Amino acid sequence: MPYTDEWLIEIAGLSKSYGQRHVLQDLNLALAPGIHALLGPNGAGKTTLVNILSTLIRYDAGRARVLGLDPQRDRAQLQKLISLTGQYAAVDGALTGAENMLMMGRLFGLSRREARRRADELLERFELSAAAGRRVATYSGGMRRKLDIAASLIAGPRLIFLDEPTTGLDTRSRQALWDEINALAATGTSIFLTTQYLEEADVLAEQIMVLHGGSIIAAGTAPELKQRVGGSTIQLHDEAGHLLQEVPTRGSAADVARDLTALARTRPEATVTVRRPTLDEVFLQLTGAPAGQNQKDETPA
Amino acid sequence: MSVATTVSRTSSPRPTPSQGAGFLTGLKVFTARSLKHSFRDAESLLMAVMLPLMLMLIFTFIFGESIAAGQGGDRGDYLAYVLPAIALTAAGFGASYTAVVVSNDMTTGFMNRLRTMPFPSVTVLLGHTASSMVRNLLATAVVVAVAFALGFRTEASVMQFSGAVGLIALWILVITVVFAVLGMVAGSAEAASGYGFILLFLPYVSSGFAPVETMPGWLRGFAGYQPMTPVIDASRALLNGQAPGSEWWIGVLWCAGFIAAAVWLAAAIFPRKVAR
Repeated sequence: MPYTDEWLIEIAGLSKSYGQRHVLQDLNLALAPGIHALLGPNGAGKTTLVNILSTLIRYDAGRARVLGLDPQRDRAQLQKLISLTGQYAAVDGALTGAENMLMMGRLFGLSRREARRRADELLERFELSAAAGRRVATYSGGMRRKLDIAASLIAGPRLIFLDEPTTGLDTRSRQALWDEINALAATGTSIFLTTQYLEEADVLAEQIMVLHGGSIIAAGTAPELKQRVGGSTIQLHDEAGHLLQEVPTRGSAADVARDLTALARTRPEATVTVRRPTLDEVFLQLTGAPAGQNQKDETPA
Repeated sequence: MSVATTVSRTSSPRPTPSQGAGFLTGLKVFTARSLKHSFRDAESLLMAVMLPLMLMLIFTFIFGESIAAGQGGDRGDYLAYVLPAIALTAAGFGASYTAVVVSNDMTTGFMNRLRTMPFPSVTVLLGHTASSMVRNLLATAVVVAVAFALGFRTEASVMQFSGAVGLIALWILVITVVFAVLGMVAGSAEAASGYGFILLFLPYVSSGFAPVETMPGWLRGFAGYQPMTPVIDASRALLNGQAPGSEWWIGVLWCAGFIAAAVWLAAAIFPRKVAR
């Protein structure tokens, strides 16, 4: 089966159940090459979808194409073009960083020499060269994650799946990893990532899909999604930072000036901020519950 | 509902797809990996050699004289009697490590990633098996060497000696694949080693450490006919330069049966088992 450059991922009517539990229901998607984030709370079905697309598990019904290939029927061919970095760093703690890289390279079919060359290059790029000879068991969580992603790049995949890449990382490591992911996207590798952090989707993805209870309930760019909960608000705070008043505004300079003139009469001493809606609010609007707190109305995880 | 999204397409050069690796490359890569595991985990390696050694010393010097006295022999006779049982018990210790490493691979997401890669993922299990063979044969060699140092002597021919080692190696393979399957089904590495613990008592209820005739009647049935007894009896006969009788092929048949069952189970479980 030939490549198609048309769609990165194409899904129609995709469903997956475990017994009576419908994890994914009639999913439809068409994604062009780029960075895509699948956003959803725990138990929404994110990992299940990634596992299906990355050939790990079978789907029950519908149609799925990844790079034009069926992850079930064309499994072997697709595996040569993709790589999966799962929720837990799938690196071998007893081996050194360099040995992990070499092992992955060999399994993708690189010659020993080519694997070594690519490994050195990637370790350098991910700033792991100094630690390359050390056992991975001694690495920090952030370093393990970086190695995990570096290993998944060793054979130059066209698409990488990152399943919750920053779960369990501290803020600094998360930021560093975001930089790496953005740099990676700049090289033309497509990325399909899942996350439960709205901020992460906002920072990384060109396109965000919101998965809830096994269905995609919204999709679009971050600004497009934010649009759905309406415009900005003017917030007035007192000296202690308590919110005094919140007023919707259309957001242009003239609008804000007019709104403020009115507010200045009643609360001349208040501090002013203009707030754009956050993805959190989008989430609340779409699902009727804040992100991470809506497991109860879903099928059990 | 249907949602379609499009973004501007970056016109990147199409990378060449990777080739994927064959069975032999996979086997080589994973045998090397598992051997590194074995030999870098100094504590487990030390245990794998020390435990059987201590077992042998305990049975020879503490129980040996009194058990042998009942049979009209001495400590040296008992050493010759107990040697194969020590080697096979050691195999159990050593192979239980396989359950732990397999379970680790299955439950940490490592195997999941490997399964999305273009090579036969069963080579991961075969690598662990090969490494377990190497590690346990090494422990067996140490046990036999120390037995010689303690005064064990044999008139076994090279053929007989090789036959005994072959039988012991076959049992190591049996117990390794059984532990590999346990590692696959166990929910965690800790659980895997827990299940394995029960199996480690098996050799004591056999002809390995004391003659079956000296056991109470209700135990004799099991001890006399359980799979380890023919393997041990045949190995003992061969090690001591005697004819193994029918015991050897009964032992081999048991081993073949276990291996076939374990492979069948692994083939049924492995493809379905995905860490959640």
